[in-house]
Amino acid sequence: MDEIPPGTRKIVEVAGRSIGVFNIGGEFFALRNSCPHQGGPLCTGRVSGFVIAETPGEYHYSRQGEILRCPWHGWEFDIRTGQSWFDPAKVRVRRYDVTVAPGSAIATVEPPPAPGLAPGPYVAETYAVSVEQHLVMVDVPG
Amino acid sequence: MAQTLTRTPTRARTKAQIVDGDIHNAVASDKALYPYLPERWRQYHAQFGMRTYTGSIYPRANPNAARTDAWPPSGLPPGADLSFLREQLLDAWNIAYGICNPLVGIQGPYVEYTAALARAVNEWQAAEWLDPEPRLKGSIVIPYEDGDLAAAEIDRAARDPRFAQVLMLIRSREPLGKRRFWKIYEAAERNGLPVGIHFGGAGGNPFTGAGWPSFYLEDHGGTSQVFQAQIASFVCEGVFERFPNLNIVLIEGGFAWLAPLMWRLDTSWKRLKDEVPYLHRAPSEQIRQQVWLTTQPMEEPAKPEHFVQLLDHLGMADHLMFATDYPHWDFDAPDQAIPARLAPTVEAGIMAGNAKRLYRLS
Repeated sequence: MDEIPPGTRKIVEVAGRSIGVFNIGGEFFALRNSCPHQGGPLCTGRVSGFVIAETPGEYHYSRQGEILRCPWHGWEFDIRTGQSWFDPAKVRVRRYDVTVAPGSAIATVEPPPAPGLAPGPYVAETYAVSVEQHLVMVDVPG
Repeated sequence: MAQTLTRTPTRARTKAQIVDGDIHNAVASDKALYPYLPERWRQYHAQFGMRTYTGSIYPRANPNAARTDAWPPSGLPPGADLSFLREQLLDAWNIAYGICNPLVGIQGPYVEYTAALARAVNEWQAAEWLDPEPRLKGSIVIPYEDGDLAAAEIDRAARDPRFAQVLMLIRSREPLGKRRFWKIYEAAERNGLPVGIHFGGAGGNPFTGAGWPSFYLEDHGGTSQVFQAQIASFVCEGVFERFPNLNIVLIEGGFAWLAPLMWRLDTSWKRLKDEVPYLHRAPSEQIRQQVWLTTQPMEEPAKPEHFVQLLDHLGMADHLMFATDYPHWDFDAPDQAIPARLAPTVEAGIMAGNAKRLYRLS
């Protein structure tokens, strides 16, 4: 736990998988270090927040430190849930309403992290994390 | 449709042979070229320096337009460290051959200096990239705003068979079909080399017909405008008729736009032939015979079947060549890039066979 102070991350190998463990303000989250878009090393990407503009010329910034951007193409993922987000007003990709596949449950029930956002097409693989006696435990299903 | 996918990153993810048509090996610093510059030009280079890349005024998403994981541990800039490039690109993806396209600001108005700089870049490529890494092939950088000096550098550098093509940038001072550039095409044809024309450049014109846009998104998403203008120029000025063995490679300019442009040019040519009586072949015929295209950044229609239709419209699947654009941020991963299931022979051609045929790679 001491190796991952708030605002930092550590990339570990667990059961042959590369996993990024993130500390956001004392809460721990784990994501698979592989972007569901093209397989880039997701957890090595920059951590930032969301820039939202409801109209041109107005901006607000939210959730600093909770959004992970893939180092390749910049896809944004919510570290807390693994959900990707995008702005449908800016990105004209509207083909995600046809099929609701298993695994989309998070996408359909979770409220947007900032106004104006819709769930993106990707969900990064997440793992349950617990803290026991200053050890961060990542639960990787067999 | 939300999807949870699992993939193991890198480590030779691909089994089929791959040729990468667009790798950006980078000059680490101005000083890296000093050993290859004569004293007079080294002094000029140190005192006055390169003209900066004025055609590219948009901040490109990331520093050096690079993947944020492409900064080598050595501290060199992305693309400047051969051993890291081997590890992150060539070995990771089983790349049999890669075409190096160093993007160096050699488009300045002082052509004697840019000619010396181009020669230095070519000698640097041969010594620091082609000597140690036989999988890499070079591109001959030229001071292409001057036809005579450019042709002389092509004749000089082409004696080294490890150079696979001549390299230009798409944003020239004038349309590239014009007579002042013909000596370049003549020299390329004489030496049996294709001319690759890459996204970017500092010719001074905006890439649109409407002036300078505000955003990098417009530059990145709209670059096909200048590629279209250049292809129309090549056709209408008669470059393909005058140099029938010349091959032009459009690099990082997309390809979905080309079929409709061919339709329109063919239709207009039938009606306006008297204006360009030296065009004996239809524009589409010239283009399909003498133009090649790299794939990155890949066309990604929302419905995969549209990609298949696009290839059908284009009729040039045997002239399409896969490229990663490493180390840039819009990198296409070899095992993920093609957005639809294609016939195995077509896919193998795009991933390797077409480039091997064009560049004569064994």
